[in-house]
Amino acid sequence: MARTKTLRTDYLARVEGEGAMLVRIRDGKPVEVKLRIYEPPRFFEAFLRGRHFTEAPDITARICGICPVAYQTSSVNAMEDACGVDVGDRIRALRRLLYCGEWIESHALHVFMLHAPDFLGYASAIELAKDDRTLVERALHLKKTGNELMRVIGGREVHPINVRVGGFYRAPSKPELAALVDDLERAREFAVETVRFAAGLDYPELEQDYELVALSVPDAYAVEDGRLVSNRGLDIPVSEYEQHFVEEHVEWSNALHSRVIDRGNYLVGPLARWALSGDRLTPLAREAAREAGLGRDERNPFRSILVRSVELVFAADEALRLIAEYEPPEPSFVEVVPRAGVGYGCSEAPRGLCWHRYELDGEGTILDAKIVPPTSQNQKTIESDLHGVVERYADLPDEELSLRCEQAIRNYDPCISCATHFLKLEVDRG
Amino acid sequence: MNVIGLGNEWRRDDAAGLEVARRIGGRQLDGEPVALVEAIAGAAEVTIVDAVRSGAPPGTVHEFEAGAAPLPTRLFGASSTHALGLAEALELVRSLGRLPVRVRVLGIEGERFDYGRGLSPAVEEAVVRCTRSI
Repeated sequence: MARTKTLRTDYLARVEGEGAMLVRIRDGKPVEVKLRIYEPPRFFEAFLRGRHFTEAPDITARICGICPVAYQTSSVNAMEDACGVDVGDRIRALRRLLYCGEWIESHALHVFMLHAPDFLGYASAIELAKDDRTLVERALHLKKTGNELMRVIGGREVHPINVRVGGFYRAPSKPELAALVDDLERAREFAVETVRFAAGLDYPELEQDYELVALSVPDAYAVEDGRLVSNRGLDIPVSEYEQHFVEEHVEWSNALHSRVIDRGNYLVGPLARWALSGDRLTPLAREAAREAGLGRDERNPFRSILVRSVELVFAADEALRLIAEYEPPEPSFVEVVPRAGVGYGCSEAPRGLCWHRYELDGEGTILDAKIVPPTSQNQKTIESDLHGVVERYADLPDEELSLRCEQAIRNYDPCISCATHFLKLEVDRG
Repeated sequence: MNVIGLGNEWRRDDAAGLEVARRIGGRQLDGEPVALVEAIAGAAEVTIVDAVRSGAPPGTVHEFEAGAAPLPTRLFGASSTHALGLAEALELVRSLGRLPVRVRVLGIEGERFDYGRGLSPAVEEAVVRCTRSI
């Protein structure tokens, strides 16, 4: 008789059933992998309709407590696109600097507090802190430095309030930014050490054949804007996203799953950025990557923690460069006069592409909003990774296999945000 | 008096702790780990108010002293993959050797945690009671 076992991971919470993982194995082969992640943008899309276009950055910032800058940046890009406005280099540079803060705080949190415990065999960062206080204190310093950058430019650490369509309500002064330099230099040193730390981790084996999609600009590591490119020849402006990608409903999830039309699932986030733009990282970040033995064709999803660490070096390094070259934009924003039309915006959230489309009327009222967050784009790829993990590690005991599956999900730093919580792990043998 | 209110202002009764902190002039936090850890670690003694869901009647106030022993994660676990739950944050601070001696925790039983703003009547009453008690 065929031996069937089922691994089930429920993310339960204050609001139940918002996310769950189900893996069904038959004779050592995965026969069914279902990932169910609910994401709040669907609620916000409805909430945005009827609101004024200038409210979008403040409203969308609420979607995610860990990557508000991504939502704000994509929304202001889209509004400026709709209204035909160019904000100029100084405002763009300040946006990039703010975004560096978000990458630092988000990556530091994920690398140390959420992902490293998986690799080191700890149940959580709490146990890790008992054994290695220095490592956790270092992580807190990195995260705090990112938070500070967001506070000084964004007005506060979480849900920045200083971002507006056309620029910033107020541009920080040179001394305000200069005050961050010491902490950023320390953060950069810690980040280089983080790459060495990550390079020493034990990586599970898994090689996947991905279509990698990221933003790209000619002479920099794309963060706040760019063209959409892939390793399979895609090269389009963000306005053409919907002609090449589709979101589909799957019966087991109330989240939409994205795919490339006629091709299938794809990957966004650090692995994709590294593969497509790694040669445009700062020299220090490239050197750290080389020293860590990171290949340009990295296809092991577990190595994403290493790429994330390299991006920590990049973000701290880039922030220091931007502060050194900083000239306050005057005025701090460009006046944006609404006009009827559609606008598109995209940026690289720490966990991947965050794509927005808005339709406005002549008064600037939002008629329609579409937000595609990174985690919904990665969902099908996470499922395919789970297939790979279960195939490769089917012989592991249930509990270890479940943990490895969770670790594989965390490769994507999924934003299963707003009141979802990992509480219950259930292993069924059929 | 060091008071920290925790919650998500967009998830109805989850904002109960924030509301207590707002009325008292305490700190309002959303679970961002560094801010939460630093707010706890920086105090000599601290009172923390959070919303909970245990199945008790809405408005019930659960009280704990966390200086000596961990909080039940069933009540104070993480509410997001990117936030630390209060229980985890306290244990992290304890691991780092920076936990205050006295940590009074008030958990206000919520009724509704769906998207939206505004407290349920029973929770509003509990907020008033907690505010007075602090």
